[in-house]
Amino acid sequence: MSPLPRIGVVTFPGSLDDLDALRAVAFMGGEGVALWHAERDLRGVDAVILPGGFSYGDYLRCGAIARFAPVMDEVGAFAASGGPVIGICNGFQVLCESGLLPGALVRNRQLRFVCRWVDVRVETSVSPLTGDLVAGEVLRMPVKHGEGRFVAADEQLDRIEGEGLVVFRYCGEDGALGDEYNPNGASNAIAGVRNEAGNVVGLMPHPEHAVDPDVGATGGQPLFASLLSSALARVGP
Amino acid sequence: MTEPLHRALGLTDDEFGLIRSTLGREPNRDELAMYGAMWSEHCSYKSSKIHLRSLPTEGPRLLVGPGQDAGAVDVGGGLAAVFKMESHSHPSAIEPYQGAATGVGGIVRDVVAMGARPVAILDPLRFGPLSDERNRWLFEGVVAGIGGYGNCIGVPTVGGELQFAGPHSANPTVNVMCVGVAPVDRLVTSTRQVHEGSVLVLFGAATGRDGIGGVSVLASRTLEDGAEETRPSVQIGDPFAEKLLIEASLELVERGVLEGLQDLGGAGITCAVSESAARAGLGAELDLDAVPLREPGLEPFEILTSESQERMLAIVPPGRLDEVRAVCARWGLPAVVVGRLVAGGTLRVRAGAATVAEVPARSLADEAPEFARPREAPPGQEDLVNDDPTFATVTTSPEDAFVSLLSSPNVAGKRWVWEQYDSIVQGGTVRGPGGDAALVRIEGTLRALALSSDGKGRFGLLDPYLGAAHAVAESARNVACTGATPIAITNCLNFGNPERPEVMWQFAESVRGIGDACRAFETPVTGGNVSFYNESGDSAIWPTAMIGMLGVIEDYRLAVPQAFGPGSMIYLAGETFAELGGSEFGEAVVGIVGGRPPALDLDRERSLHRLLVDAADAGLLESAHDCAEGGLAVTLAESAIAGGTGFAVSIPGDEPSHIGLFAESASRAVVSVDPARAGELEDTASELEVPLTRLGETGGPRIVFDGVFEMTVDEARAIHENAIPVLLAG
Repeated sequence: MSPLPRIGVVTFPGSLDDLDALRAVAFMGGEGVALWHAERDLRGVDAVILPGGFSYGDYLRCGAIARFAPVMDEVGAFAASGGPVIGICNGFQVLCESGLLPGALVRNRQLRFVCRWVDVRVETSVSPLTGDLVAGEVLRMPVKHGEGRFVAADEQLDRIEGEGLVVFRYCGEDGALGDEYNPNGASNAIAGVRNEAGNVVGLMPHPEHAVDPDVGATGGQPLFASLLSSALARVGP
Repeated sequence: MTEPLHRALGLTDDEFGLIRSTLGREPNRDELAMYGAMWSEHCSYKSSKIHLRSLPTEGPRLLVGPGQDAGAVDVGGGLAAVFKMESHSHPSAIEPYQGAATGVGGIVRDVVAMGARPVAILDPLRFGPLSDERNRWLFEGVVAGIGGYGNCIGVPTVGGELQFAGPHSANPTVNVMCVGVAPVDRLVTSTRQVHEGSVLVLFGAATGRDGIGGVSVLASRTLEDGAEETRPSVQIGDPFAEKLLIEASLELVERGVLEGLQDLGGAGITCAVSESAARAGLGAELDLDAVPLREPGLEPFEILTSESQERMLAIVPPGRLDEVRAVCARWGLPAVVVGRLVAGGTLRVRAGAATVAEVPARSLADEAPEFARPREAPPGQEDLVNDDPTFATVTTSPEDAFVSLLSSPNVAGKRWVWEQYDSIVQGGTVRGPGGDAALVRIEGTLRALALSSDGKGRFGLLDPYLGAAHAVAESARNVACTGATPIAITNCLNFGNPERPEVMWQFAESVRGIGDACRAFETPVTGGNVSFYNESGDSAIWPTAMIGMLGVIEDYRLAVPQAFGPGSMIYLAGETFAELGGSEFGEAVVGIVGGRPPALDLDRERSLHRLLVDAADAGLLESAHDCAEGGLAVTLAESAIAGGTGFAVSIPGDEPSHIGLFAESASRAVVSVDPARAGELEDTASELEVPLTRLGETGGPRIVFDGVFEMTVDEARAIHENAIPVLLAG
């Protein structure tokens, strides 16, 4: 019997969806490992999730303080060694602030918080979240954020698109793009991106809230399944 | 001549005399400030107590009744649901964002203080019409404040209720309800043994000048011209600090190191310390020099009555102090010993070398005077209800009336509001906002809490007894529509100035209505809050008894949706009478707020709840939806819109069609059922003696009222969902 892949979830002060991420990992058959912001220790996990929430209150800029947490040095080193790192919502903001992902997340176009179920289209299978999927698949998940509009300078955006770093886009049920499907005004309807190496992914939608059919759609299941496979690949046979 | 200090602090001359005789001397300034806060209407319930005592507060599931931070009921499996509703209307009228935000913070701390993890927030709201720019500012600010705070603390906002009415223009009603879950044996109730010598640990945020006089200046007086100048009395919220406070408090409870836990809300540290001591039959020593301050130079009375947010007081045996400090440090929260419990019953407050106050703790906490204030029905009350309740002369076409109702802000979809709230964090939201009741599952079980909040202000204006009883009935019906059994209520009673006999009459009648309904449904009152002085000039808000109902469903997989699916038979459970008095139709279509509200037969209502719950248990129902504002037509349309599935029905009876379509008779629900199982439903209904009338069937893209009018579901949805955004665009 192969060992369970161990997925670490970092709790910063103000993290809110940390327990939800741990629950989703367990639901999908992995072992969730709670990590603490103040400890320089990843406890030997095979992948790391930075969860949603309002780390340190997000009073300055979302994710701007969390990047300086002691645990982030370890996360940075883990990412540099090719380890899978996933940032969800506030975690995505932290990864952008840390320079591990390109672009930035700013106030929603409508200037209001939005909590809504959306459809997202998978744009690439090169990422630890989408390794088991093919481009074009449509997944249903919730978003819930006030500052989730992905932006990047024109040149950078061209590079992100040109190098295929977009992992998810907001879309309709059939995968069609359209402004009415874009919950926050994100550039090019971008819902998630990866780094060049392909091991670090950030996304605004919450796959951890979309694995249990008793509380909604299950578009997060294939993403966690992919994450567990890529983590398992690090564990080895 | 300047006003005597005690009057400036909100105390009457009689109360001042009482304080003097309790102390046997003249109270000093700091002591007067403490009494002013603790004996305020907001803290002492001095006008309402004698009425509230008549409410039913016992039942087999009841664990904690009124008088503590929040009530608690046994929900099975060794777990308790803890819940409470409170008003933050006064601060919200002055500063809507912070007023609403700190309302959320306060009620969440009440639940945490019982040792429970908060799992849901609901927000029933009332504003003046959105045609007015200031009302739009208040509305948008309150919604943003609730979201801004609630979304940052990891507690889902799963429901609420929203209505608009002219008398709420100057005085919006902002009520917040929080529900928590805790193991029964871990509840921090006042029956815990608290010992002499135990230390008082203040942890959380530092104390500043915000919120001084919140209970006495804001919440216990009417807002007159110049009310904006009281803005410094509005507290400022820090949800990040609250999140840390929640986690630290629950960790302390889990480790079993506390004898008591109290949040610092109205009347600040004075309230927390005096209540803790009085409950234990002890006194306390409080050292103000130890209290961490946000700025230097606070006067003792300011520290004593500050309502700075995100603070808690723990009662700790000296031997466990290090553990408490360590937990707080882990969450980055300052924790300091500010005093200890002592024998003798005296609360002694020191600042520097001086003793600044020395008063019996019990006199602050429990011995405020009680008033049996005069009450009398307002002149013209009878005339209000004597209008023709059938509105026989109405000439508006049924279709035009339907469109007016569907787009009336009271009936229209509230998506604009609830999409601004995180309704899914914690992963337990089986059913979120937008339906009859929210369902939040209890982790690790198939059980879910069913939650609904309801108030019937228009009915309350016309007949406060009926208005309050209808609010209880509707909240129970909403819970039963999901298949859950109603268990218990909390409430927030929103009224004008109790010193006016007509307001006191409205209040007493409302309490009587709640009591009768709760006895009939066996849903005891676990606690609540009274918000008086919601008036400006001569204009009081509509008497609004807001009810928060908690129910339980044993297997949430059997919960019944509100939405229609295709191929079902539609039934009306209950009966429609010629009752348009106080209806949405009356106000939105005819322009009349008058007539006698629908009759309420509490036994028939209870039978309907039984039918809904039994039918859900048996898996008979494809959908169920409560009939309320806008009547049968709106109920049918809402189920169609929710499911994207149309229907064709004929409205029974030989009354004029506007009665069948729009009357708001009580004790009704629209249910749909698989035709193969319709017989079983009819049998169950007949056993319970609930009238059941077949209306038609579901399916197709149109909503069809046979021989009256029809339109597409998409058209109806657009009318329903766009109404509020369009009004907000000005």
